Amino acid sequence: MGTAAPPVDPVIPTARRRRFRVFGRNPVVGFIVRRVTAGLATLVVASFLIFAAVQVLPGDVASIVLGRNATPSRVAALQADLHLNRPLIPRYLVWLGNTATGHFGDSSAALAQGSKVSVWQIIHTPLRNSLVLAVITILIFVPLCLALGVAAALRAGRRTDHAISLTALSLGALPEFLVGTLLIVIFFTQLKLLPPISPITPGETPFTHPNALVLPVLTLLCASVAFGSRLVRASTIEVLREDYVAMARLNGYPERRVILRYALRNALAPSVQVCAQMVQYLIGGIIITESVFNYPGIGTAVVQAVSIRDTQETAVIAVILAAIYILVNIVADVVVVLLVPKLRTQV
Amino acid sequence: MPVLEVTNLQVHAPSGDPILEDVSFSLRAGEVLGLVGESGSGKTTTALALLGYTQAGARIVSGRISIGGELVEAKVEPLARRVRGRLISYVPQNPGTALNPSMRIGDAIGAMAETHRPDRPSPSIGAALAAVGLPDAPDFQRRYPHQLSGGQQQRVCISAAIVCEPPVVVFDEPTTGLDVVTQALILDELMRLRREREIAMLYVAHDLAVVAQIATRIAVMYAGRIVEEGPANQVLRRPRHPYTRGLLASIPDHIEPRILEPMAGVAVGIGERPAGCSFAPRCPMRIDACDQAVPMLRALGNGQLARCVRAEEVTTPPQRLIALDRSAPAEAAAALCVSNLRAEHRSRRETVVAADQVSFEIDKGRCLALVGESGSGKTTIARTIVGLHAIAAGEIRLGDEKLAPRARRRTRDQRRRVQIVFQNPGDALNPRQSVGTAIARPARGLRGLSATDAVAEVKRLLDLVRLPQRLLERYPAELSGGERQRVGIARALAANPEVVICDEVTSALDVSVQAAVLKLLSDLRHELDLALLFITHDLGVVAAVADRVLVLEHGHVCEAGPTDAILHHATNDYTKRLLAAAPSISHVLEHGH
Repeated sequence: MGTAAPPVDPVIPTARRRRFRVFGRNPVVGFIVRRVTAGLATLVVASFLIFAAVQVLPGDVASIVLGRNATPSRVAALQADLHLNRPLIPRYLVWLGNTATGHFGDSSAALAQGSKVSVWQIIHTPLRNSLVLAVITILIFVPLCLALGVAAALRAGRRTDHAISLTALSLGALPEFLVGTLLIVIFFTQLKLLPPISPITPGETPFTHPNALVLPVLTLLCASVAFGSRLVRASTIEVLREDYVAMARLNGYPERRVILRYALRNALAPSVQVCAQMVQYLIGGIIITESVFNYPGIGTAVVQAVSIRDTQETAVIAVILAAIYILVNIVADVVVVLLVPKLRTQV
Repeated sequence: MPVLEVTNLQVHAPSGDPILEDVSFSLRAGEVLGLVGESGSGKTTTALALLGYTQAGARIVSGRISIGGELVEAKVEPLARRVRGRLISYVPQNPGTALNPSMRIGDAIGAMAETHRPDRPSPSIGAALAAVGLPDAPDFQRRYPHQLSGGQQQRVCISAAIVCEPPVVVFDEPTTGLDVVTQALILDELMRLRREREIAMLYVAHDLAVVAQIATRIAVMYAGRIVEEGPANQVLRRPRHPYTRGLLASIPDHIEPRILEPMAGVAVGIGERPAGCSFAPRCPMRIDACDQAVPMLRALGNGQLARCVRAEEVTTPPQRLIALDRSAPAEAAAALCVSNLRAEHRSRRETVVAADQVSFEIDKGRCLALVGESGSGKTTIARTIVGLHAIAAGEIRLGDEKLAPRARRRTRDQRRRVQIVFQNPGDALNPRQSVGTAIARPARGLRGLSATDAVAEVKRLLDLVRLPQRLLERYPAELSGGERQRVGIARALAANPEVVICDEVTSALDVSVQAAVLKLLSDLRHELDLALLFITHDLGVVAAVADRVLVLEHGHVCEAGPTDAILHHATNDYTKRLLAAAPSISHVLEHGH
C-alpha cells in the first residue's frame, strides 16, 4: 500500500504578499494604523454632519439665539460675531481646524448676551463628572456582565440560568427613567439611604458626595448588564458546544481548566464586542440618567445647550462624544484582533 | 495478556432505548482492531465509552472496562477522566476543529504531558513532534492550528495522544477529512508507531477498505452489537455474517473493478430494533429462527466469531468484474463540450486560479469522471458548467450551442438541459419544501408543466429513483441521507435534462447506501441516455461508474482517457501516486499490508 513519495505534507501558505503593506513586520501594527486612520476619517465626516446640522435651524440662527432680544442691529452684530455671513464650507473648515487643535471657541449664547465665555470653560467640569460616572460604571459593568453571562451559560437550562435571564430581561425591558425613578423610590423614599439627586455644586468633585454616585451607576448598570449578559451567555453557550471543548474533556483535563482555557478564552472575543456596544449605548443612556438625578454631567450640559440654542457648545459636545464613540470602537477591534490568533496572522 | 478488555458494554440513549448492547472485545499490545460500522451502528459510541465519555445525554448503563489490569470507572465521569491520557487516549475525526484555536501546538502537546505525568520528566516537545514526523524547530512549535495543513493538524493530535505513552489509543476515523495521499501518509505513520511502541489501537471507521490497510483484527458492528469479529484476513476473505458479506459486495475497488451489489432495505435506527436479529429484515438468508431471539456471538474456529445462526453457510460474495470494454469511440454527437476552460476566484487582494486549460467532451449515454483531491478545482468546474460561477476564459458548448457564462443569461431551455446534483443532500434541499414540491419545481418552471401534470410527473420520478410514494408529503429532515440524495437526483431529472453533473454525490453517504445510489445512476444513465459528469475523489467509485476519466491536479488536467487505461496503465506521476495511495481491499488481500 505504501507510497514512494517522501513523507512531506504540503504546508498551507502564510499570508500572501499584499500590494500595500504599511508596517511590513507586524500585521497587528498595520491593522491599528489602518483602523485609526479610518476612525479619523469617520470623525471628520461626522464633524461635517454635526456642523451642518447645527447650522440648519429653521429661521435665522442669530435671531433664534437672541430670542426676544432680536433687533435688526443686534442680529447683524451677532451674525458678524458668529461669522454667519460667510459661506458654509470655508466656515466649516475654519471651525474644523480650530476644534481639532483644541480651540473650542466661545459660547454662542453668551455672545448673544454680549459676554465672551469659552466653551471649554463651560463643559470641562461636566465632562469630567460624566467621565467619572462612565468609568465607574464600565469598571463594574464588564466583570459583572462576563460573570453573569458565563454563570448562566454554564448552567444553561437550569434554575440559575432562568433566574439570571428572567431578572435580566425584566430589568432590561424597563426604560432608564423608570428604573431610575424606581430606585429613588426604594432607596430614598422608603429606605432613606441615598440621596435622590446629586448635591454636587460647581467646584466640588463627584467624590465629595460618593453616595450620590450610587443610584445613577445602578440605573446605568440595570439596562446595560441585562442586555450584555444575555449576549455573553449566548456566545459562551456556542463555544461550549465546540469540538475542541469536547476534545479537551476527552484529553482528561480537569473541568476547571476546560472551562477557563478552552471555553472562556475563546468566548472572550465576541464578548469584547458586546461590551463595546454596551459602552457606546452608555454614552447615550447617560443623558437620560443624568436628567433623572440632576447630575451635573455632559448630558445635562448638552440638553441645556440645545434648549438655549447654543450652536457652538452643542457642536463641540457632539464632536467630543463622537470621538469617544469611535475610540471605543477602535479599542474593541484591536482587542479582538489580539485575542483571536487567526485574525492576528491574516489581518 | 490483553491490554484492553471490554465486557458487556451497554449504553442507553436519553429515551431509554439501547444504543449499544452486549459489546465485548479485547485488545493485545501491538494489535490494531478495526471497528467497522455504518452510521447508527454505535461504533463512535463504543469508542467514546472506552474513555467514559458519552454524547448528548446518553448513559453508560453497564459494562466492565479494564486497561492493563486497571479497572476503568466508565459510569462515573469524573473518575473516568483520570484514566484519559494516561491509560487511554483519543484521536479525533476532525483535527481542525478539535484543536484549541487560541493555543499554540507546542503548548497543546506540553499540556498533555504536564497534566498526566507530572511526576516523570516531560519529554521535550520537539521529540514529541519528531515522533510523528513533524519538524521539531521552535518556530513550528509556536504555530497555531490554523497555520497547519489538515495532515499536520492530525499529526499534532496523534502526538498529543501518544506523548504520555498510554497503552491504548482510540482512533475515531482519523483520516476521513483528509486527502487520499495524506491519508496514506497518516496510515503509514500509524503503522510505524504501532511497530515501534507496541500501542494497542482501536481504529474506528466506516470504510472497510481503509480499515483493511491497517487492522490486524476486524470487528463489524450493526445496530449497536458486534455481529462479526476475527482476524482481518479471514473476515475479508471469508465473511461469516450476511451483513459483512453485503458490505464487502458494495465496496468499490479500483484495482479489480466490479459491479456493486447494494443491500436491500435501510439501516435500523435507535429504538427501532426488532426483537430478534437486527439484520433479519434485510437479510437474504433469513429464516424463522432469526426473528425469535437475538443470536449469540459464537466462535467458529480460525479465531472468527459471528452473530448468526447460519454463519457457516455464508459465502464470499462473488466478484462480478466489470467488462472493461469502454474504450469504444463514440459515434454519437457530444452532448457537452468544454474547451480551454479557465476559472478564477477573485477577491479584493488576489486572484486564485481554480482551473486552467481544461477541455473534455461527454457523449450521450456516457459517464466522464472528474477525479482530483480537494483544491483541484473540480467543484468550481462543475459550477461553471451549470452557470453558478463565471468562466474567465474558454467555452462551454451544449450540443452545438455555446452557453453563456452565467445561468441568468442562458435560455430557459439551456438551463433545463444541464442539471446538477450536489454533494450534501441535507444542504441542497430546501428544508421548508416537501419532497413533492421540491421535485415539481423544475418540472413546472423549466418544462412548463401544469400543476396536475407536474403531480403525475413527480410520482413517476419517485418510482424512477426507487422511492416509495408515501414520501411525497415528507420534509427533508424526516428522510435518511440516502433518501435525500435520491430526492436530489429526482429533482435533477424532473427537468428532463441531457447532461447531469454529480458533484461528489456519494461522499456523504454510507458505503451500502453509496452502492445503491451508484447503481441507480448507472441504470438511469442507460435508461434515459444521459450524459453524466461524475465528480469524485474516490477512485473505487470511478471504477464502478465511469467510462472515461479526467485527472485534475491544482486545476490542470494531468491525464485523461478511458477508465481501464487510467486505472491500470497510468502514465502521469500524480495519477500513479493517487492510485498507489487509494485504499483497496483486493490489494491488501493479495499483498498484505
